[in-house]
Amino acid sequence: MHGLSFDIAHMLAGSLVLVSFLMLYQVRLTALLHALALHALVLAASVAWQAHIQDAPHLYVTAALALGFKAALIPWALRRIVFRLGIHREIETVGGIGLTMLAGMALVALSLQVMLPVTAMEDPVAREDVALALSVVLIGLLMMVTRRNAVSQVVGFLSLENGIILAATGARGMPLVVEISVAFSVLIAFIVVGIFLFRIRERFDTVDVGALDAFRGGRA
Amino acid sequence: MTDPVVLVLLIPLLAAALLVAVPRYRLGAALNAAACLGTFAASIGLLVQRPATGAYLLVDDLNVVFVVLNGFVAATTSLFSASYVGHELAIGRLTARHLRFYHAMFQLMLFGMNLALVANNIGLMWVAVELATLTTVLMVGLYRTPEALEAAWKYFILGSVGIALALFGTILVYLAARPVVGEGLDAMVWTTLLAHAQDFDAPLLDIAFVFLLLGYGTKVGLVPLHAWLPDAHAEGPTPISAVLSGLLLNVALYALLRFKMLLAVNPLALAPGPLMIALGLLSVIFAGLMLYRRRDIKRLFAYSSIEHMGIIVFAFGLAGPIGNFAGLLQMTMHSLTKSAIFFSVGHVAQVKGTQRIGEIGGLTETHPLLGWGLVAGVAAIVGLPPFGVFAAEFLVVTSAFALHPVLAVGLVVGLLLAFGALLLRLTQVAFGPVRGGTAAGLGPLRMAHLPMFAHLALVLIAGIWLPPPLVAWFQHVAELLR
Repeated sequence: MHGLSFDIAHMLAGSLVLVSFLMLYQVRLTALLHALALHALVLAASVAWQAHIQDAPHLYVTAALALGFKAALIPWALRRIVFRLGIHREIETVGGIGLTMLAGMALVALSLQVMLPVTAMEDPVAREDVALALSVVLIGLLMMVTRRNAVSQVVGFLSLENGIILAATGARGMPLVVEISVAFSVLIAFIVVGIFLFRIRERFDTVDVGALDAFRGGRA
Repeated sequence: MTDPVVLVLLIPLLAAALLVAVPRYRLGAALNAAACLGTFAASIGLLVQRPATGAYLLVDDLNVVFVVLNGFVAATTSLFSASYVGHELAIGRLTARHLRFYHAMFQLMLFGMNLALVANNIGLMWVAVELATLTTVLMVGLYRTPEALEAAWKYFILGSVGIALALFGTILVYLAARPVVGEGLDAMVWTTLLAHAQDFDAPLLDIAFVFLLLGYGTKVGLVPLHAWLPDAHAEGPTPISAVLSGLLLNVALYALLRFKMLLAVNPLALAPGPLMIALGLLSVIFAGLMLYRRRDIKRLFAYSSIEHMGIIVFAFGLAGPIGNFAGLLQMTMHSLTKSAIFFSVGHVAQVKGTQRIGEIGGLTETHPLLGWGLVAGVAAIVGLPPFGVFAAEFLVVTSAFALHPVLAVGLVVGLLLAFGALLLRLTQVAFGPVRGGTAAGLGPLRMAHLPMFAHLALVLIAGIWLPPPLVAWFQHVAELLR
């Protein structure tokens, strides 16, 4: 039974890395947001599984937060912003998908190489989780530096943050995990509000253009 | 009489809640100042009466220094802020609603910083640093100009990444502690960690420290991670620049020092010194070079903050009783001097109506008190005797020389670069032909010179005669830091 529970935890953490790779090569913002929702969904499943095998019911709060807030609400809000700004059709030049993917693979190899030897004393679940979580964190950072658009940078940050929650829940018995995930949610809410502020700026620009159009219309 | 540590936390928190509801700005500014003074008084109380160490709160000889410094600079900044925002309101850059928000955020930021300083739990410390960061982000974007929003966004994204990396490091520390201390809350309590750190798995602790150095180092403003700092200082309200430079950078540094102490206890862990020395030296030299091309006066002093944080991290990296002592002294002196400079720069930008160095000139003629205050502040910050910064920098250089002459040469080169750049700009701004407006017609500007001169006087006194109890205290803390 222990073998099975470990395998499932391992599979879920591995899936999170896989979805991170999926996000790396999305060039359309809407597709990227779908991938983000999937990422949070896998995280929620992984956290819920950890809550189950560690017999730690408070972790279900974190899982529920990931499910409701990060897998549903945030992608929805970002999607609305993207549509309002009219950038949903835009294709982002990521600058060499192949190269980015290779860099991502190198980062995964690096994090496994770094984390597995030093955590030899840990129990296997925490060990795998932390190593894979570091991969997710590093891929999130990679995404933030390869993207130019503010929305996709935020998506990179959110995936990075998912990786950290994975590590926090994988560390058995870590206190304050729920509080920390709540604090992070506040941070994310701020980010989304921040983009709203940017949208206001964008809207000022469009208002100017609209004024020009109206002027021309009046003259015609 | 309740516990002073509770007061240090409770006064800012309650004041924040109260200030949200105060519509009149004069009353708000007065309450803000009163709350800051109350917090400062409570922090003095910590010197006399110390609470017992709990699972969440800790007051020891190290963080009392930071808390008292925090309280003092916050109190003087609130006085400066009252005159600063009065003028901003008069010229219409801010509205009364903005100020309500601003005062509440100011107190919330103080709460976050004080909580980070007295936290005994590394998770709680992290949450508190995050809170302080978020409130400052909101205040940096207060003017709502495109530049201010851009600066706030940049600060926010870089700060968040830094904070995320710091959390990863915190988790790794927990993982390292768990086999020794056991599961649960104890493995995040700093005093428990320190007691058992010699048995922790050393490689795991090393990696954790690298993450913490990158994470909290972003907030300290160390060089490859400093990109947010000049923008945030230049575009936000000047009182915020003063507390950012004078206090928030210190808080992040304090977090780093706590983890450094854990590594110092473990004989197998890597020595954090060389890493900190390298980053510090890089910051000093890089900032020294960057100072030459600045055109914005607040940006200029922001780079000077990077330089000084570099010196401080360098000094703590040298470690040893003298290195740590020099680091503590330099940190205190820098906080006092840099906030004094920002107090004067804030009013300079107001009377001249610009932050561009090229458009400011002849300050000592048009506004003698302000101009000479700025001259004194810059003379102190570049490390001219008899100011306290000179004594601290002298100690850093000599202890670097004792360890390795090459290090000292690198440091001196950086110091001289900054010296040249700042004096060059100072002569342009303070002397020379009169340039820029004279604030006539801008409405009444009541300048508060008291905070600036109080800080400079303290720095001067510290340079001439450091009180023996303070020396003994710093020596004791330097021993604690190893």
